[in-house]
Amino acid sequence: MSKFKFKKNAKTPEVSTASLPDIVFMLLFFFMTVTVMKDDTLKVANELPNASEIKKLEKKDRVITVYVGKPEQPFDVALGTEPKIQVNDRFVSLENFGLIILEEINKKPEHLRSFITVSLKVDKKATMGLISDVKQKLREINALKINYTTYEGDAFQNIIK
Amino acid sequence: MARRGGAPEVSAGSMADIAFLLLIFFLVTTTIETDAGLDRMLPPMEPPEDEVIIKEKNIFQVLINKDGRLLADDNVLALKDLRAKAMEFLDNNGDSSCTFCKGKKNPESSDNPTKAIISLKSDRETKYGIYITVQNELVGAYNELRDRESMRLYKRTFVDLESTYLDPQTKESLGETEYDELKEKVLRIKALFPQKLSEAETSSSN
Repeated sequence: MSKFKFKKNAKTPEVSTASLPDIVFMLLFFFMTVTVMKDDTLKVANELPNASEIKKLEKKDRVITVYVGKPEQPFDVALGTEPKIQVNDRFVSLENFGLIILEEINKKPEHLRSFITVSLKVDKKATMGLISDVKQKLREINALKINYTTYEGDAFQNIIK
Repeated sequence: MARRGGAPEVSAGSMADIAFLLLIFFLVTTTIETDAGLDRMLPPMEPPEDEVIIKEKNIFQVLINKDGRLLADDNVLALKDLRAKAMEFLDNNGDSSCTFCKGKKNPESSDNPTKAIISLKSDRETKYGIYITVQNELVGAYNELRDRESMRLYKRTFVDLESTYLDPQTKESLGETEYDELKEKVLRIKALFPQKLSEAETSSSN
């Protein structure tokens, strides 16, 4: 009698899929933690320029984002194709811009207010006229720390022929 | 007759499906945010009380016209040469007071890095993309010079030094004293080549 009986009708054993949910959950948690939901719906064209000498914007809680670019459809019918400013979810006129930013600063907790950075996300086809008006307004309300938010890349790609 | 052998087990077979569904949702919606850019400080509104007189030679004036062409100190300059030109200006060391500079000591150019100012002016019609390219090159000029000094003093590039310093996790991973040391290094390099980049208001084109 042999101890090692050769099974004649042995099939290849099935791979256990019991740990599949664990693996999937692991991936799920990874993506859940790294996901940052977009908090603004963009209403302006926003193709950022490239730059190589960039610094990361740490600490999201002290950043106010300002978008500038030409209005996307369907807003371009009413607003035209000149670049416009968007803060949060609405268009802001240049006259009100200072007030709106002050309001945004006041929404932040008091101990952060002096460390506010204004992140300017400007479409690379926008013209400097509006940007310098925006900068002037920011100077008026003493929000001096700004960041020209860009993509990382070769800065010479910005030159459009 | 009803079964009495405890509650029946819930089938966990569909758990994987549910998890996959969620996974795919998050995979699709994820945009790993890359918020980075060029940090700038705007000049305060009220001018300083004592008017400082700055010598003409200590200012490196960069003008961008509406077509994106550059005029640097009254000479037409290609964009790709801007960085080298700016570095030459900053590193010039006209009055020989800067011990670490390697410039040409041209008396017509800047006295020393602490006095050198780069002034950037653009037209209202200038494209933002070009403006950023110019800014990037000017910041790059400062960074290259700072890197050079940082390599000489601490055997690390300034960019590396500063990004470790700004990383919020560094404070915990390093000790209090080491963190202060790092801060001191960063400030020292910054003081060697202070970033004096003035952004004047844009002029209209006519």
